[in-house]
Amino acid sequence: MNGDIGLWAVPLAMLGGAIRVSTPFLFVSLGEVITERSGRINLGLEGTLVFGAMAGYALAYLTGSAWVGVLAAALAGSVFGLIHGLLCSLPKVNDIAIGIALMLLGTGLAFFFGKPYIQPVAPDLPAIDLGWWSDLPQVQAALKVNVLFIAGAVLAVALAWMLKKTRIGLTLRVVGDSSDAARALGISPSKVRILATAFGGALAGIGGAYLSLFYPGSWNEGISSGQGLIAVALVIFARWSPVWCFFAALLFGAAGALGPALQSIGITSGYYLSYAAPFVLTLIVLILSSSKSGALTGAPRELSITK
Amino acid sequence: MTGPVRDMRAWLVPLAGRVEGLILPVAALLTGFAVFGLFLLLLGKNPVEFYQLVYKAGFGTAFSWTNTLSRAAPLLFAALCVAIPARLGLVVIGGEGAIVLGGVMTGGLAAALAGWPALIAMPLLALMAAATGGVWIGLVGALRQWRGVNETIASLLMAYIAIALMNHLVEGPLRDPASLNKPSTAPLAETLRVGDLPGWNVHWGLAVGVVCCILAWVLIERTTLGFSARIAGGNVRAAQVQGLPVGKLVIGFTALGGACAGLAGYFEVSAVHGSANASLAAGYGYTGILVAFLARHNPLAIIPVALLLAGFEASSGLVQRRMDLPDATMLVLQGFVFVAILASETFTGRINLIGWLTKGDRT
Repeated sequence: MNGDIGLWAVPLAMLGGAIRVSTPFLFVSLGEVITERSGRINLGLEGTLVFGAMAGYALAYLTGSAWVGVLAAALAGSVFGLIHGLLCSLPKVNDIAIGIALMLLGTGLAFFFGKPYIQPVAPDLPAIDLGWWSDLPQVQAALKVNVLFIAGAVLAVALAWMLKKTRIGLTLRVVGDSSDAARALGISPSKVRILATAFGGALAGIGGAYLSLFYPGSWNEGISSGQGLIAVALVIFARWSPVWCFFAALLFGAAGALGPALQSIGITSGYYLSYAAPFVLTLIVLILSSSKSGALTGAPRELSITK
Repeated sequence: MTGPVRDMRAWLVPLAGRVEGLILPVAALLTGFAVFGLFLLLLGKNPVEFYQLVYKAGFGTAFSWTNTLSRAAPLLFAALCVAIPARLGLVVIGGEGAIVLGGVMTGGLAAALAGWPALIAMPLLALMAAATGGVWIGLVGALRQWRGVNETIASLLMAYIAIALMNHLVEGPLRDPASLNKPSTAPLAETLRVGDLPGWNVHWGLAVGVVCCILAWVLIERTTLGFSARIAGGNVRAAQVQGLPVGKLVIGFTALGGACAGLAGYFEVSAVHGSANASLAAGYGYTGILVAFLARHNPLAIIPVALLLAGFEASSGLVQRRMDLPDATMLVLQGFVFVAILASETFTGRINLIGWLTKGDRT
């Protein structure tokens, strides 16, 4: 058997694509779940993702270590999150608008500092071959799974456990559901929200580093067109549950892989249209999961997006 | 409190509100410039040289004014796309999508109208571009009204969809085979091109944009419709109790904003590029968001603010060359200014102008 598996190539390429493409969605959405559970929304994660991709790539190139790149991206992301968190704790400052501004600033800074790194080649993140049991090169390619994907899956379960069973999780949920109740318990809502937003930013940064260090695996200005934004919308679909984020990320990854998968079997017409697939899917999901009253089931009550 | 002081307060309070509405954004703008200056300083560049170059290339000569004014036209429309729905408290930020689709509609339809008399074809093209943008952003309002979908996220997602749609149409069904390196629709017939304002080197889009800003201001500030929109934006329940058609207002105002953005696309194609292609997605929609926020969603204030930011964009090329800066420099500057503007909201109502002015009169 050497490769001609006909139309099976499409679902296989989509599975492989889903695993490859979903990781940034997974990280951004997990970070945003924590942020939103605390009652704040950070729309700026798209900018954080792009800046994380640039910072991760630059540091990986300069140090020769992909993991240093991931760390740098996480650090840069947490700084963006911290800025968002701090600004939004000022009275009368709107978190959605600040998110838009930071989206612009993050992208701008990434392009500004990223210019010199478009040419050089940085080391890649390692991948694990989970397809060793098969002789089919397509299967092997599809199951070449990056370490970060596995880390993201583990993190999803860990965060779900954290939210449900730990004191930190309880604090987060109280703050997200009622600032007054939190204050009555002696918790400072704005402190919790600042930390939660910084954590969300750090994860979005890692999601960016995955883009530049593994798939597609190089830094350029078009590296993320809206993936951070899709991930933010995906949180609504996942009903603020980290485990659901994992499955939602896979679904959106598959949608993102549709175009390249079709192209691999020679269908090229409508190639540009296939770029729209994940956005159309996100919009449909948003429409279906919203409700006329504006109330979203499972949403933290302090979340400005539901008010 | 004595009589004369109370009389003074009667006109001081609204005046103080106005002064604050002017001082705050200006102070925030200057803060943004200062922070960006610091950023340049840290990179070993001279901020004074930067701002001097911006002034020279954006506003210094007749030639630079021409450049600035043509860039201001799309910004006026794009900012209206944010400011008009903002009257209802909606944050619509996907104007880029309506610009792009308005442009594609113009480029695609122009081929079919080639033989028509310009007097009919040109207004028809503009109308169709506006309608395209209006339907696109009106859909955002409808989704908000009927399904409670957040308008900020929906409009941004739709902007990405619109750009994919444009690429598909321009690369495929609408592509002019003669456009080799840069896939475009067939160029507009000479008769359908929008010319320059008489005696100026700037196309008509600028004048239409200014008129649209004035009309939008009248609509928002001087009509019952605009007043109703403000009530509906402030308190939906109160508006419903008053019997105001909230749904129609939401869809109408978003559609109107979208129509303005569609017009931006029309002028970009008919007066600047000559055909629809990927350069339609030049980011005017995003700069327009900043313009609207800086102008505090006041359509009249949009005019000077759009000029200022257009001047910055016009100077971008010269600044890059002279100071060896990357092309994203203006994006960074816009980011800093935007953050400063939003952060300054925290001071609204906290600058005690009246207390300061009437100091000593208190008993």
